[in-house]
Amino acid sequence: MASIHPMTLRTAAFAVCALVVSAPPSFADARSDAKTQVDFGINVAQRGLWREAIYRWEKAVELDPTYAAAYNDLAIAYEHEGQLEKARKAYEKALELAPNNAQIRQNYELFKEINDRTSSGKDNR
Amino acid sequence: MIGRAPAKTTGRLALAALAAILAAGTAACSASYLEIPIETPIQPKLDVTPFQRVLVAGFVAGGSDDIDANQETVRLLRSQLRTKSSLKVIDADILPLMEVAQDQAKATAEDRDRENASPQSTNSGDHQSNAAMPLPQKIKDEKDLEQYERLFANTAYWKRIGEEFQNPLIVTGTVLFTNRSTSGFVQRDQEVYDPYGRRRVIPTRTYMERKGFMLRPKFIFIDGRSGATMYSESYREEVLYNAQQNTPALSSYFELMDRLVPNFLSALSSQKIKGSRVLLK
Repeated sequence: MASIHPMTLRTAAFAVCALVVSAPPSFADARSDAKTQVDFGINVAQRGLWREAIYRWEKAVELDPTYAAAYNDLAIAYEHEGQLEKARKAYEKALELAPNNAQIRQNYELFKEINDRTSSGKDNR
Repeated sequence: MIGRAPAKTTGRLALAALAAILAAGTAACSASYLEIPIETPIQPKLDVTPFQRVLVAGFVAGGSDDIDANQETVRLLRSQLRTKSSLKVIDADILPLMEVAQDQAKATAEDRDRENASPQSTNSGDHQSNAAMPLPQKIKDEKDLEQYERLFANTAYWKRIGEEFQNPLIVTGTVLFTNRSTSGFVQRDQEVYDPYGRRRVIPTRTYMERKGFMLRPKFIFIDGRSGATMYSESYREEVLYNAQQNTPALSSYFELMDRLVPNFLSALSSQKIKGSRVLLK
């Protein structure tokens, strides 16, 4: 087995630690707190407690307004509760933050399909 | 005495730490989404709270002679409303709206003639020709159907119908159900096997003659208290089969109506649309 120079390993370990520590503490805290709320929201949504999930995800986006996943989850919950205008805004915000996220885009496309189908007939007055 | 760990041990520890961080990162990424079923409630397009009852009055229907589109549409909508709406469905004779529209057109023409015969008449010739235009006896296409549209704007007539049935919500409109045939290239998946026996599906374009039906209904919702139109919506659906296939007109009609009924119901009652979405962490 090829031996690794202890200096190289120490440097690598230091680099990893430095990477973790150098992240802005406020951002890391906000994202971490928001993630806790998101995880809790997912947990309760799976048990059908969508209103509690909305409360958690609203808190998450308040804590970290750059958290695309939280906006996506919030949009789904609004959709489930029939708050379609709020759902649309939340999806659009999620896509603004993560324009290349295929899952958010797919959710939004499915939402739009329902919204377009129901908001008006083909040529209603 | 605490001795210094050998360089090799320190190296292994650092490597293990790195691997743990990477593994944690990978695990977090792999479980970062979750598919969840949802039900989207859709509010009705119309406020039907002032009504307790609904009258599916009848339709001006035309097109194929294979089915009575007026009768079938009334029967289908009444049965759907009975099970999927909170409104009480009125069982009444289906109104012969084509005859009603023709009588109204005739009466209007006669009034116009009387006006023209009077010496004080100042009507222009153009106006006369419009009013006197008779309605087609048989509806073959959308153009024929359009001429019957003025029946739905006759608020006095619908108000009278409303009074007769204690001011319900009135559902009426037009239905055109016609034969349709077309020919052209159609893309189909074809199974092929290569020399090694492996199966593949290749999309191929084939020229085909197809026939079927087109359904173009317009649903009009009238306030039975005032006779005024509250809302209307039009749809167009078609179904085409292989020219050799013989599908009865009635089953095609129901196939097409099946596609439209949820939209029709969503005008009157709240619906829940089932689907699934992806939650992200």
